[in-house]
Amino acid sequence: MNIIILGCGRVGSTFARLMYRDGHSVTIIDLQSEAFRRLGVKYKGARIVGNGIDEDVLKRAGIEHADVFIAVTQGDNRNIMASQIAKNVFDVPKVIARIYDPIRADRYRQLGLTTLCTTTIASGLLRDFVSTDQWGIAKDYSQEYLALNV
Amino acid sequence: MYIIIVGGGNVGYYLAKTLVAARHEVLVLEKDRLRYRTISEELGEVVMQGDGCQADQQLEAGFGRADAVVATTGSDDDNLVVCQMAKMEFNVPRTISRVNDPRNEKLFHRLGIDATVSSTKIIYNLIEQEVGGGEVIPLAALSRGNIEIVEIEISKRSPVLGREIRTLEMPGEALIISIIRNDHAILPSGDTSFAMGDSVIALVNADQEPELREVFAESA
Repeated sequence: MNIIILGCGRVGSTFARLMYRDGHSVTIIDLQSEAFRRLGVKYKGARIVGNGIDEDVLKRAGIEHADVFIAVTQGDNRNIMASQIAKNVFDVPKVIARIYDPIRADRYRQLGLTTLCTTTIASGLLRDFVSTDQWGIAKDYSQEYLALNV
Repeated sequence: MYIIIVGGGNVGYYLAKTLVAARHEVLVLEKDRLRYRTISEELGEVVMQGDGCQADQQLEAGFGRADAVVATTGSDDDNLVVCQMAKMEFNVPRTISRVNDPRNEKLFHRLGIDATVSSTKIIYNLIEQEVGGGEVIPLAALSRGNIEIVEIEISKRSPVLGREIRTLEMPGEALIISIIRNDHAILPSGDTSFAMGDSVIALVNADQEPELREVFAESA
């Protein structure tokens, strides 16, 4: 599969290494070239320095032929905008945005984006472990979170 | 009207001052604490410190009763999310976004923002107006940007000078709605012909603007 990853932080770089190791064609984008250090020496996929909400940069990354687009920069809004470009302008079949804010993650999911809210996933797992002494399965806790309205 | 401005930079600050002077009810939401302190010294209670993308702070700021929300930050992604959240959470009747990269105007309309403003594009259009003959100058966008109202100046080098409208090979989705001649608006018919100094006002489907441009293009 052709996979584009926006944001070469811990999650982006780790995911890039995993998918590259599995034999996929991976392109990773970050604003700063220093971020690519996190990729290590085994990753031989493409690296692009640029702004992920700029259509020219996304085209350079090959978004017109991408099967998967993952937005995992530090900025929720940047991830939201880039994902909407990937989905609505370039018709990428599988688009996922990491969104820290649980409310935004829920609302954009209702709008049709696939969102990953690591805030509610981590806090849900922690709550399960603290109260039962067992790790729950890593599921998405955002609906529960919203229902609890904490 | 109650107008909420998200972003207390220069654009937001001067917009707030202008709206207050015009006796509108205004609130400026500024995320940065330092900037918030600076502008609230000048603007007083109409400034609130907070993140305009966050639903709880939108609630506190009164998005629910806002007539319009204007996003004026320097980041297009922030402006987009401010306006989309305002629509989704509070069904704000009118969302207006500043667009820093002019190419984002089309995208924003597609993603549900009611109106966009790009100072880059406005300045570019002014420059075009100064130097261009036969240029197609966008005046306004209708129907979320699909239809444009454009203006075309007829100079002495124009290929349509003296020709009747019916003889032009106009694109399918373009319509000449008026000709401004000596400060008077003419409602043209097929046998109206073009004169030097005319301003032609046309409606055109944004996709067919290049074809309209071809019809009026002057050879260099």
